[in-house]
Amino acid sequence: MDILQVHNVSIGYLRGNFQNIGLKEYLIGKIMGTYHAEYFWADKDINFSLEKGDMLGIIGTNGAGKSTLLKAISGVMEPLEGYISHTGKISSLLELGGGFEPKLNVRDNTYLRGALLGYSRAVMDEKYQEIIDFAELNDFQENLFSELSSGMRSRLGFSIASLLNPDILILDEVLSVGDGAFQKKSGKKMMEIINGGATTILVSHNLSQVRELCTKILWLHQGRQIAFTKDVNGVCDQYQRFLDKVIPQPIYEGI
Amino acid sequence: MLKNSIGNYTGKLKKNRFLFAELVKRDFKIRYARTSIGMLWSILNPLMELLVMRLVFTHFFGNNTPHYTTYLFSGTVIFHFFSESTREGMTSLVDNAAIFTKINVPKYLFLFAKIIQSSINFLSIFAVFLFLCLLDHIPFTWKFLLLVYPIILLILFNIGAGLVLSAIYVFFRDMKYFYGIFLQLLQYVSAIFFQIDSFSDRVQKIFYINPIYLYIRYFRKIVINSEIPSLGFHLLMLSEVIIMLITGILIYRKYNMKFLYYV
Repeated sequence: MDILQVHNVSIGYLRGNFQNIGLKEYLIGKIMGTYHAEYFWADKDINFSLEKGDMLGIIGTNGAGKSTLLKAISGVMEPLEGYISHTGKISSLLELGGGFEPKLNVRDNTYLRGALLGYSRAVMDEKYQEIIDFAELNDFQENLFSELSSGMRSRLGFSIASLLNPDILILDEVLSVGDGAFQKKSGKKMMEIINGGATTILVSHNLSQVRELCTKILWLHQGRQIAFTKDVNGVCDQYQRFLDKVIPQPIYEGI
Repeated sequence: MLKNSIGNYTGKLKKNRFLFAELVKRDFKIRYARTSIGMLWSILNPLMELLVMRLVFTHFFGNNTPHYTTYLFSGTVIFHFFSESTREGMTSLVDNAAIFTKINVPKYLFLFAKIIQSSINFLSIFAVFLFLCLLDHIPFTWKFLLLVYPIILLILFNIGAGLVLSAIYVFFRDMKYFYGIFLQLLQYVSAIFFQIDSFSDRVQKIFYINPIYLYIRYFRKIVINSEIPSLGFHLLMLSEVIIMLITGILIYRKYNMKFLYYV
Protein backbone atom coordinates (compact mmCIF):
# COMPACT_ATOMS: atom_id res chain seq x y z
CA MET A 1 0.00 0.00 0.00
CA ASP A 2 1.21 3.52 -0.72
CA ILE A 3 2.12 5.48 2.37
CA LEU A 4 2.67 8.66 0.42
CA GLN A 5 1.31 9.59 -2.97
CA VAL A 6 2.31 12.70 -4.88
CA HIS A 7 0.09 13.07 -7.91
CA ASN A 8 0.75 15.62 -10.70
CA VAL A 9 1.79 18.14 -8.13
CA SER A 10 2.76 21.68 -9.06
CA ILE A 11 3.75 24.17 -6.40
CA GLY A 12 4.31 27.85 -6.83
CA TYR A 13 5.48 30.83 -4.88
CA LEU A 14 3.92 34.22 -5.12
CA ARG A 15 6.68 36.50 -6.35
CA GLY A 16 6.71 40.24 -6.63
CA ASN A 17 7.59 43.44 -4.83
CA PHE A 18 4.99 42.93 -2.13
CA GLN A 19 6.98 41.49 0.70
CA ASN A 20 7.56 43.52 3.83
CA ILE A 21 5.71 46.51 2.50
CA GLY A 22 3.32 48.76 4.31
CA LEU A 23 -0.14 49.89 3.41
CA LYS A 24 1.39 53.14 2.16
CA GLU A 25 3.76 51.40 -0.26
CA TYR A 26 0.98 49.09 -1.37
CA LEU A 27 -1.31 51.98 -2.26
CA ILE A 28 1.47 53.90 -3.99
CA GLY A 29 2.44 50.76 -5.91
CA LYS A 30 -1.17 50.20 -6.96
CA ILE A 31 -1.57 53.79 -8.12
CA MET A 32 1.75 53.96 -9.96
CA GLY A 33 1.20 50.52 -11.44
CA THR A 34 4.50 49.20 -10.09
CA TYR A 35 2.89 46.66 -7.78
CA HIS A 36 2.97 43.17 -9.17
CA ALA A 37 2.62 39.65 -7.86
CA GLU A 38 2.70 36.46 -9.87
CA TYR A 39 3.26 32.77 -9.31
CA PHE A 40 6.68 31.34 -9.85
CA TRP A 41 6.64 27.57 -10.34
CA ALA A 42 9.05 25.91 -7.96
CA ASP A 43 7.81 22.41 -8.86
CA LYS A 44 5.88 21.35 -11.95
CA ASP A 45 4.07 18.04 -12.50
CA ILE A 46 5.81 15.93 -9.89
CA ASN A 47 4.67 12.30 -9.62
CA PHE A 48 5.85 9.61 -7.27
CA SER A 49 4.65 7.29 -4.55
CA LEU A 50 6.33 5.62 -1.60
CA GLU A 51 5.56 2.41 0.21
CA LYS A 52 6.17 1.51 3.80
CA GLY A 53 9.87 1.22 4.53
CA ASP A 54 11.00 3.13 1.46
CA MET A 55 13.85 5.56 1.76
CA LEU A 56 13.64 8.19 -0.92
CA GLY A 57 16.61 10.32 -1.84
CA ILE A 58 15.91 13.63 -3.54
CA ILE A 59 18.78 15.09 -5.51
CA GLY A 60 19.18 18.14 -7.71
CA THR A 61 21.16 21.33 -8.00
CA ASN A 62 20.22 24.49 -6.11
CA GLY A 63 16.83 25.81 -7.12
CA ALA A 64 15.60 22.39 -8.21
CA GLY A 65 12.52 22.66 -5.99
CA LYS A 66 13.54 20.08 -3.40
CA SER A 67 12.76 22.07 -0.27
CA THR A 68 9.50 23.39 -1.71
CA LEU A 69 8.38 19.84 -2.45
CA LEU A 70 9.16 18.86 1.14
CA LYS A 71 7.14 21.83 2.39
CA ALA A 72 4.15 20.64 0.42
CA ILE A 73 4.54 17.06 1.68
CA SER A 74 4.73 18.22 5.28
CA GLY A 75 1.61 20.33 4.76
CA VAL A 76 3.18 23.74 5.24
CA MET A 77 2.41 24.66 1.62
CA GLU A 78 -0.48 23.64 -0.57
CA PRO A 79 0.04 22.42 -4.15
CA LEU A 80 -1.54 24.77 -6.68
CA GLU A 81 -2.27 21.75 -8.88
CA GLY A 82 -2.48 18.03 -8.19
CA TYR A 83 -2.73 16.43 -4.79
CA ILE A 84 -0.67 14.80 -2.09
CA SER A 85 -2.09 12.06 0.10
CA HIS A 86 -0.44 10.27 2.98
CA THR A 87 -1.24 8.01 5.88
CA GLY A 88 0.29 8.30 9.31
CA LYS A 89 2.23 10.95 11.14
CA ILE A 90 4.80 13.09 9.38
CA SER A 91 7.80 14.41 11.24
CA SER A 92 9.70 16.94 9.24
CA LEU A 93 13.04 18.48 9.81
CA LEU A 94 13.06 21.23 7.29
CA GLU A 95 15.75 23.23 8.97
CA LEU A 96 17.55 21.71 11.88
CA GLY A 97 18.02 24.08 14.74
CA GLY A 98 15.54 26.48 13.18
CA GLY A 99 12.27 27.42 14.82
CA PHE A 100 13.60 26.96 18.31
CA GLU A 101 13.09 29.66 20.88
CA PRO A 102 16.43 31.19 21.94
CA LYS A 103 15.13 32.56 25.25
CA LEU A 104 13.82 29.22 26.49
CA ASN A 105 15.91 26.43 27.92
CA VAL A 106 16.60 23.09 26.28
CA ARG A 107 13.87 21.27 28.21
CA ASP A 108 11.13 23.75 27.30
CA ASN A 109 12.29 23.83 23.70
CA THR A 110 12.17 20.05 23.47
CA TYR A 111 8.62 19.92 24.78
CA LEU A 112 7.55 22.80 22.57
CA ARG A 113 9.00 21.17 19.45
CA GLY A 114 7.36 17.86 20.34
CA ALA A 115 4.03 19.64 20.73
CA LEU A 116 4.52 21.46 17.42
CA LEU A 117 5.21 18.15 15.70
CA GLY A 118 1.88 16.92 17.05
CA TYR A 119 2.87 14.66 19.92
CA SER A 120 1.11 14.47 23.27
CA ARG A 121 2.49 15.35 26.67
CA ALA A 122 2.53 11.66 27.61
CA VAL A 123 4.73 10.80 24.64
CA MET A 124 7.07 13.66 25.44
CA ASP A 125 7.34 12.65 29.11
CA GLU A 126 8.21 9.15 28.01
CA LYS A 127 10.74 10.09 25.33
CA TYR A 128 12.32 13.18 26.83
CA GLN A 129 15.26 11.53 28.57
CA GLU A 130 16.01 9.40 25.53
CA ILE A 131 16.07 12.48 23.31
CA ILE A 132 18.43 14.33 25.65
CA ASP A 133 20.70 11.31 25.94
CA PHE A 134 20.88 10.85 22.20
CA ALA A 135 21.61 14.52 21.62
CA GLU A 136 24.29 14.33 24.35
CA LEU A 137 22.84 17.36 26.09
CA ASN A 138 22.44 15.94 29.60
CA ASP A 139 24.46 18.73 31.19
CA PHE A 140 22.73 21.45 29.22
CA GLN A 141 19.05 20.82 29.99
CA GLU A 142 18.64 24.05 31.95
CA ASN A 143 20.71 26.15 29.57
CA LEU A 144 19.03 28.66 27.33
CA PHE A 145 18.86 27.55 23.72
CA SER A 146 20.84 30.63 22.68
CA GLU A 147 23.76 29.36 24.73
CA LEU A 148 24.11 26.17 22.69
CA SER A 149 26.62 25.74 19.88
CA SER A 150 25.22 25.26 16.40
CA GLY A 151 26.24 21.60 16.50
CA MET A 152 24.28 21.07 19.71
CA ARG A 153 21.24 22.78 18.21
CA SER A 154 21.22 20.53 15.17
CA ARG A 155 21.77 17.47 17.33
CA LEU A 156 18.74 18.37 19.42
CA GLY A 157 16.64 18.95 16.31
CA PHE A 158 17.66 15.63 14.82
CA SER A 159 17.07 13.74 18.07
CA ILE A 160 13.57 15.11 18.57
CA ALA A 161 12.42 14.41 15.04
CA SER A 162 13.95 10.95 14.79
CA LEU A 163 13.23 9.53 18.25
CA LEU A 164 9.51 10.19 18.16
CA ASN A 165 8.81 7.26 15.83
CA PRO A 166 7.15 9.09 12.94
CA ASP A 167 5.55 7.14 10.09
CA ILE A 168 7.11 9.47 7.57
CA LEU A 169 10.36 11.24 8.38
CA ILE A 170 11.53 14.13 6.26
CA LEU A 171 15.17 15.11 6.48
CA ASP A 172 16.51 18.11 4.64
CA GLU A 173 20.31 18.16 4.53
CA VAL A 174 20.51 17.00 8.10
CA LEU A 175 22.72 13.93 8.09
CA SER A 176 25.74 16.15 7.93
CA VAL A 177 25.14 17.57 11.41
CA GLY A 178 27.43 17.25 14.35
CA ASP A 179 30.94 15.85 14.45
CA GLY A 180 32.07 12.56 12.94
CA ALA A 181 30.93 10.51 15.92
CA PHE A 182 27.46 12.00 15.90
CA GLN A 183 27.17 11.57 12.14
CA LYS A 184 27.93 7.89 12.56
CA LYS A 185 25.37 7.62 15.33
CA SER A 186 22.69 9.49 13.38
CA GLY A 187 23.33 7.34 10.32
CA LYS A 188 22.82 4.27 12.47
CA LYS A 189 19.64 5.74 13.91
CA MET A 190 18.38 6.36 10.40
CA MET A 191 18.91 2.72 9.50
CA GLU A 192 17.01 1.74 12.63
CA ILE A 193 14.09 3.96 11.67
CA ILE A 194 14.02 2.55 8.15
CA ASN A 195 14.26 -1.03 9.40
CA GLY A 196 11.49 -0.21 11.86
CA GLY A 197 9.22 0.28 8.86
CA ALA A 198 9.12 4.08 8.67
CA THR A 199 9.17 5.83 5.33
CA THR A 200 11.91 8.39 5.00
CA ILE A 201 12.63 11.20 2.61
CA LEU A 202 16.15 12.50 2.48
CA VAL A 203 17.45 15.53 0.65
CA SER A 204 21.18 15.43 0.29
CA HIS A 205 24.04 16.72 -1.81
CA ASN A 206 26.14 13.86 -0.54
CA LEU A 207 25.78 11.26 -3.30
CA SER A 208 27.64 8.48 -1.51
CA GLN A 209 25.20 8.85 1.37
CA VAL A 210 22.27 8.64 -1.02
CA ARG A 211 23.73 5.52 -2.69
CA GLU A 212 24.26 3.91 0.67
CA LEU A 213 20.91 4.65 2.32
CA CYS A 214 18.23 5.15 -0.32
CA THR A 215 15.98 2.59 -1.98
CA LYS A 216 14.35 5.03 -4.39
CA ILE A 217 15.53 8.24 -5.94
CA LEU A 218 13.93 11.39 -7.28
CA TRP A 219 15.96 13.76 -9.46
CA LEU A 220 14.64 17.28 -9.82
CA HIS A 221 15.99 20.01 -12.05
CA GLN A 222 14.59 23.54 -12.09
CA GLY A 223 11.24 22.32 -10.82
CA ARG A 224 10.91 19.49 -13.33
CA GLN A 225 11.07 15.80 -12.54
CA ILE A 226 13.98 14.19 -14.40
CA ALA A 227 13.69 10.73 -12.89
CA PHE A 228 11.93 8.70 -10.25
CA THR A 229 13.16 5.13 -10.00
CA LYS A 230 14.55 2.35 -7.86
CA ASP A 231 17.79 2.51 -9.84
CA VAL A 232 19.53 4.69 -7.27
CA ASN A 233 23.04 4.05 -8.52
CA GLY A 234 22.11 4.61 -12.16
CA VAL A 235 20.58 8.01 -11.44
CA CYS A 236 23.46 9.00 -9.18
CA ASP A 237 25.94 8.11 -11.94
CA GLN A 238 24.02 10.13 -14.48
CA TYR A 239 23.63 13.07 -12.04
CA GLN A 240 27.38 13.01 -11.42
CA ARG A 241 27.98 13.08 -15.17
CA PHE A 242 25.69 16.09 -15.41
CA LEU A 243 27.51 17.85 -12.57
CA ASP A 244 30.85 17.13 -14.26
CA LYS A 245 29.42 18.61 -17.48
CA VAL A 246 29.98 15.32 -19.34
CA ILE A 247 26.37 15.57 -20.48
CA PRO A 248 24.93 19.02 -21.20
CA GLN A 249 21.32 18.28 -20.23
CA PRO A 250 19.89 16.49 -17.20
CA ILE A 251 18.52 13.30 -18.80
CA TYR A 252 17.92 9.84 -17.43
CA GLU A 253 16.94 7.10 -19.88
CA GLY A 254 16.41 4.26 -17.44
CA ILE A 255 17.84 0.79 -17.48
CA MET B 1 -18.21 6.72 10.24
CA LEU B 2 -19.64 9.42 12.50
CA LYS B 3 -18.11 7.86 15.55
CA ASN B 4 -14.81 7.73 13.75
CA SER B 5 -14.84 11.39 12.81
CA ILE B 6 -15.82 12.42 16.33
CA GLY B 7 -12.95 10.36 17.69
CA ASN B 8 -10.69 12.01 15.15
CA TYR B 9 -11.84 15.45 16.19
CA THR B 10 -11.43 14.91 19.92
CA GLY B 11 -7.99 13.46 19.25
CA LYS B 12 -7.09 16.61 17.34
CA LEU B 13 -8.40 18.78 20.15
CA LYS B 14 -6.43 16.87 22.74
CA LYS B 15 -3.26 17.12 20.68
CA ASN B 16 -3.77 20.83 20.17
CA ARG B 17 -4.43 21.34 23.86
CA PHE B 18 -0.89 20.26 24.66
CA LEU B 19 0.54 22.47 21.93
CA PHE B 20 -1.63 25.33 23.14
CA ALA B 21 -0.45 24.90 26.73
CA GLU B 22 3.18 24.85 25.57
CA LEU B 23 2.68 28.03 23.53
CA VAL B 24 1.08 29.83 26.47
CA LYS B 25 3.95 28.73 28.69
CA ARG B 26 6.49 29.92 26.14
CA ASP B 27 4.88 33.35 25.81
CA PHE B 28 4.76 33.80 29.57
CA LYS B 29 8.36 32.79 30.08
CA ILE B 30 9.63 35.01 27.31
CA ARG B 31 7.58 37.98 28.35
CA TYR B 32 8.62 37.89 31.97
CA ALA B 33 12.22 36.81 31.45
CA ARG B 34 14.60 39.31 33.02
CA THR B 35 11.94 41.23 34.91
CA SER B 36 12.33 40.73 38.62
CA ILE B 37 8.74 41.66 39.46
CA GLY B 38 7.38 39.55 36.61
CA MET B 39 3.64 39.57 36.23
CA LEU B 40 3.24 42.30 38.81
CA TRP B 41 4.42 44.67 36.11
CA SER B 42 1.34 44.10 34.01
CA ILE B 43 -0.85 45.07 36.97
CA LEU B 44 1.23 48.11 37.89
CA ASN B 45 1.08 49.49 34.38
CA PRO B 46 -2.71 50.12 34.26
CA LEU B 47 -2.71 51.15 37.92
CA MET B 48 -0.25 53.93 37.20
CA GLU B 49 -2.32 54.91 34.19
CA LEU B 50 -5.30 55.17 36.52
CA LEU B 51 -3.38 57.18 39.08
CA VAL B 52 -2.29 59.76 36.50
CA MET B 53 -5.79 60.12 35.11
CA ARG B 54 -7.21 60.38 38.63
CA LEU B 55 -4.80 63.21 39.45
CA VAL B 56 -5.30 65.07 36.19
CA PHE B 57 -9.01 64.72 35.51
CA THR B 58 -10.59 64.80 38.97
CA HIS B 59 -10.29 68.56 38.90
CA PHE B 60 -12.25 68.82 35.62
CA PHE B 61 -14.75 65.99 35.74
CA GLY B 62 -14.57 64.53 39.23
CA ASN B 63 -16.88 66.97 40.97
CA ASN B 64 -20.07 66.03 39.17
CA THR B 65 -19.39 62.33 38.67
CA PRO B 66 -20.19 60.12 41.67
CA HIS B 67 -17.56 57.48 42.48
CA TYR B 68 -15.18 59.07 40.01
CA THR B 69 -12.31 56.68 40.82
CA THR B 70 -14.48 53.68 40.01
CA TYR B 71 -15.86 55.47 36.98
CA LEU B 72 -12.34 56.06 35.67
CA PHE B 73 -11.09 52.61 36.56
CA SER B 74 -13.98 50.85 34.79
CA GLY B 75 -12.87 52.68 31.67
CA THR B 76 -9.14 52.09 31.92
CA VAL B 77 -9.44 48.45 32.95
CA ILE B 78 -11.59 47.57 29.91
CA PHE B 79 -9.68 49.72 27.49
CA HIS B 80 -6.34 48.42 28.69
CA PHE B 81 -7.49 44.83 28.21
CA PHE B 82 -8.68 45.49 24.68
CA SER B 83 -5.60 47.43 23.64
CA GLU B 84 -3.15 44.94 25.17
CA SER B 85 -4.90 41.93 23.62
CA THR B 86 -5.07 43.41 20.16
CA ARG B 87 -1.60 44.97 20.13
CA GLU B 88 -0.01 41.73 21.30
CA GLY B 89 -2.32 39.65 19.12
CA MET B 90 -1.56 41.66 16.03
CA THR B 91 2.06 40.51 15.78
CA SER B 92 1.38 36.95 16.94
CA LEU B 93 1.30 35.41 13.48
CA VAL B 94 4.32 37.22 12.05
CA ASP B 95 6.35 36.57 15.21
CA ASN B 96 5.85 32.84 14.69
CA ALA B 97 6.69 32.84 10.98
CA ALA B 98 9.80 30.74 11.66
CA ILE B 99 7.50 28.00 12.94
CA PHE B 100 4.54 27.97 10.59
CA THR B 101 6.72 28.16 7.46
CA LYS B 102 8.38 24.91 8.53
CA ILE B 103 5.91 22.94 10.58
CA ASN B 104 2.26 22.41 9.78
CA VAL B 105 0.39 23.80 12.81
CA PRO B 106 -2.99 25.49 13.29
CA LYS B 107 -1.97 29.14 12.95
CA TYR B 108 -4.71 30.61 15.11
CA LEU B 109 -3.16 28.97 18.18
CA PHE B 110 -0.43 31.63 18.25
CA LEU B 111 -3.08 34.30 18.67
CA PHE B 112 -5.07 32.27 21.20
CA ALA B 113 -1.97 31.93 23.38
CA LYS B 114 -1.52 35.71 23.40
CA ILE B 115 -5.18 36.28 24.21
CA ILE B 116 -4.97 33.85 27.12
CA GLN B 117 -1.98 35.74 28.44
CA SER B 118 -3.66 39.14 28.31
CA SER B 119 -6.88 37.65 29.72
CA ILE B 120 -5.00 36.35 32.74
CA ASN B 121 -3.46 39.79 33.16
CA PHE B 122 -6.90 41.29 32.90
CA LEU B 123 -8.34 39.01 35.57
CA SER B 124 -5.63 40.02 38.02
CA ILE B 125 -6.28 43.69 37.29
CA PHE B 126 -9.98 42.97 37.70
CA ALA B 127 -9.30 41.69 41.22
CA VAL B 128 -7.58 44.99 41.99
CA PHE B 129 -10.56 46.76 40.47
CA LEU B 130 -12.95 45.02 42.88
CA PHE B 131 -10.70 45.95 45.76
CA LEU B 132 -10.70 49.62 44.74
CA CYS B 133 -14.50 49.48 44.46
CA LEU B 134 -14.53 48.45 48.08
CA LEU B 135 -12.34 51.42 49.02
CA ASP B 136 -14.67 53.66 47.00
CA HIS B 137 -17.63 52.53 49.18
CA ILE B 138 -19.38 50.67 46.37
CA PRO B 139 -21.98 48.22 47.70
CA PHE B 140 -21.43 44.72 46.33
CA THR B 141 -24.65 43.14 45.04
CA TRP B 142 -25.50 39.89 43.26
CA LYS B 143 -25.61 41.94 40.07
CA PHE B 144 -21.81 41.90 40.05
CA LEU B 145 -22.11 38.31 38.85
CA LEU B 146 -23.47 39.66 35.57
CA LEU B 147 -20.04 41.12 34.83
CA VAL B 148 -19.16 37.64 33.58
CA TYR B 149 -21.19 38.47 30.47
CA PRO B 150 -19.15 41.46 29.25
CA ILE B 151 -15.90 39.79 30.29
CA ILE B 152 -16.53 36.65 28.25
CA LEU B 153 -17.80 38.67 25.31
CA LEU B 154 -14.79 40.96 25.43
CA ILE B 155 -12.42 37.98 25.36
CA LEU B 156 -14.26 36.68 22.28
CA PHE B 157 -14.25 40.15 20.74
CA ASN B 158 -10.50 40.38 21.29
CA ILE B 159 -10.05 37.02 19.56
CA GLY B 160 -12.06 38.23 16.58
CA ALA B 161 -10.21 41.54 16.40
CA GLY B 162 -6.88 39.73 16.90
CA LEU B 163 -7.60 37.36 14.01
CA VAL B 164 -8.37 40.27 11.71
CA LEU B 165 -5.41 42.39 12.82
CA SER B 166 -2.82 39.60 12.81
CA ALA B 167 -3.83 38.65 9.27
CA ILE B 168 -3.65 42.25 8.04
CA TYR B 169 -0.30 42.69 9.76
CA VAL B 170 1.17 39.86 7.65
CA PHE B 171 0.41 41.87 4.52
CA PHE B 172 1.02 45.40 5.79
CA ARG B 173 3.71 45.88 8.40
CA ASP B 174 2.98 49.56 8.97
CA MET B 175 -0.40 48.60 10.40
CA LYS B 176 1.33 48.65 13.77
CA TYR B 177 1.70 52.43 13.58
CA PHE B 178 -1.72 53.03 12.12
CA TYR B 179 -3.22 50.90 14.85
CA GLY B 180 -1.38 52.86 17.54
CA ILE B 181 -2.97 56.05 16.27
CA PHE B 182 -6.34 54.33 15.99
CA LEU B 183 -6.14 53.18 19.61
CA GLN B 184 -5.40 56.71 20.74
CA LEU B 185 -8.47 58.02 18.96
CA LEU B 186 -10.54 55.12 20.24
CA GLN B 187 -9.54 55.99 23.77
CA TYR B 188 -11.10 59.44 23.39
CA VAL B 189 -14.37 58.14 22.00
CA SER B 190 -14.61 55.54 24.78
CA ALA B 191 -15.55 58.21 27.33
CA ILE B 192 -13.01 56.93 29.82
CA PHE B 193 -12.64 60.09 31.88
CA PHE B 194 -15.76 62.10 31.00
CA GLN B 195 -19.52 61.58 30.87
CA ILE B 196 -21.40 61.66 27.60
CA ASP B 197 -24.60 63.09 29.10
CA SER B 198 -23.62 66.64 28.21
CA PHE B 199 -23.57 65.78 24.49
CA SER B 200 -26.68 65.96 22.29
CA ASP B 201 -28.68 62.78 21.75
CA ARG B 202 -27.27 62.38 18.26
CA VAL B 203 -23.69 62.53 19.45
CA GLN B 204 -24.47 60.12 22.28
CA LYS B 205 -25.71 57.58 19.71
CA ILE B 206 -22.35 57.79 17.96
CA PHE B 207 -20.65 56.58 21.13
CA TYR B 208 -22.73 53.42 20.92
CA ILE B 209 -21.07 52.49 17.61
CA ASN B 210 -17.85 51.95 19.54
CA PRO B 211 -17.97 48.39 20.95
CA ILE B 212 -15.44 49.23 23.66
CA TYR B 213 -17.69 51.95 25.01
CA LEU B 214 -20.49 49.39 25.38
CA TYR B 215 -18.31 47.23 27.63
CA ILE B 216 -17.28 50.20 29.73
CA ARG B 217 -20.87 51.36 30.03
CA TYR B 218 -22.01 47.89 31.05
CA PHE B 219 -19.43 47.83 33.84
CA ARG B 220 -20.42 51.26 35.12
CA LYS B 221 -24.13 50.47 35.04
CA ILE B 222 -23.66 47.38 37.18
CA VAL B 223 -20.96 48.60 39.52
CA ILE B 224 -21.86 52.26 40.12
CA ASN B 225 -25.60 52.42 39.38
CA SER B 226 -26.49 48.83 40.29
CA GLU B 227 -28.65 48.73 37.15
CA ILE B 228 -28.96 45.85 34.69
CA PRO B 229 -28.64 47.05 31.09
CA SER B 230 -31.55 46.32 28.75
CA LEU B 231 -31.91 43.14 26.73
CA GLY B 232 -31.32 45.17 23.58
CA PHE B 233 -28.00 46.35 25.00
CA HIS B 234 -26.99 42.73 25.62
CA LEU B 235 -27.94 41.75 22.09
CA LEU B 236 -26.10 44.71 20.59
CA MET B 237 -22.90 43.60 22.33
CA LEU B 238 -23.42 39.99 21.29
CA SER B 239 -24.01 40.86 17.64
CA GLU B 240 -20.82 42.93 17.47
CA VAL B 241 -18.85 40.00 18.87
CA ILE B 242 -20.36 37.59 16.35
CA ILE B 243 -19.61 39.91 13.43
CA MET B 244 -16.01 40.34 14.59
CA LEU B 245 -15.45 36.61 15.10
CA ILE B 246 -16.94 35.61 11.76
CA THR B 247 -14.86 38.22 9.93
CA GLY B 248 -11.71 36.93 11.61
CA ILE B 249 -12.47 33.27 10.91
CA LEU B 250 -13.28 33.96 7.27
CA ILE B 251 -10.03 35.87 6.76
CA TYR B 252 -7.98 33.10 8.36
CA ARG B 253 -9.74 30.46 6.26
CA LYS B 254 -9.17 32.36 3.06
CA TYR B 255 -5.52 33.20 3.63
CA ASN B 256 -4.44 30.20 5.73
CA MET B 257 -2.07 28.89 3.04
CA LYS B 258 -1.14 32.32 1.64
CA PHE B 259 0.39 33.89 4.77
CA LEU B 260 3.56 31.98 4.02
CA TYR B 261 4.22 33.95 0.83
CA TYR B 262 4.30 37.24 2.68
CA VAL B 263 6.59 36.61 5.63
